Amino acid sequence: MKTNNFMEVTFKAISINESFARLCVAGFCIQLNPSIDEIGDIKTAVSEAVTNCVVHAYPKHNGTITLRCEIENDIIKIVVKDQGIGIKDIDKAREPFYTTKPSEERSGMGFSVMESFMDKVEVEHNGDKGLVVTMYKQIISSEKQVGNA
Amino acid sequence: MHIKSKLYNKTLYVLLCGELDEHSATHVRMTLDNIFSNGNFNQIIIDLSELEFMDSTGIGVLIGRYKRMKNRNIPIFICNPSKHAEKIFKMTGLYEIMPKIV
Repeated sequence: MKTNNFMEVTFKAISINESFARLCVAGFCIQLNPSIDEIGDIKTAVSEAVTNCVVHAYPKHNGTITLRCEIENDIIKIVVKDQGIGIKDIDKAREPFYTTKPSEERSGMGFSVMESFMDKVEVEHNGDKGLVVTMYKQIISSEKQVGNA
Repeated sequence: MHIKSKLYNKTLYVLLCGELDEHSATHVRMTLDNIFSNGNFNQIIIDLSELEFMDSTGIGVLIGRYKRMKNRNIPIFICNPSKHAEKIFKMTGLYEIMPKIV
């Protein structure tokens, strides 16, 4: 994918940075003139991906999360990468309601929400350490949406 | 994240204000459990009109409270969800256990 613009930020995998990550991506997307609904979809999907890293990737210490956004025409690509313990069975983890921590009142719907709110979601091993979640969404700018109404 | 509550006619009204994610989840769980443990009420209405953000962590928090109240035969209802909260509720089937009221 040829990029028109990109940004990348690395931060500590702690829960207070979830809202930072959401706002960071939302701020970067503004140049595509998204609708409020599209921004909401993106913020929710980013929150799910970052929460997965915070909760599951680093059970023994607080590692880091790298968040990268790329814009190609009207498509936003968001990459959330960690260097944690990874997931053995990615297909299983993507199933709705699957959680390894039911005692912590977790819904197991993180990947399902990402898939529902974005156009495409890819989950891959980050080499031999951690996970890479890549999400794509086409932004139909709010001007076009008003024009089509 | 702020939580307000009031008791009226044996109904406990709870207003969630702010952002419900992994960071605020522990505080929300503890506060709701504390509010739910006091008072004479036979149903709970959770108002989400002031909830600015929620991801699937919120579903876990709500289902956890539902399980606790189910043991006491106290139903919980949801009102005023945002469009995004509604989308998550419909996906997860939350309304089947916590019906939406208008």
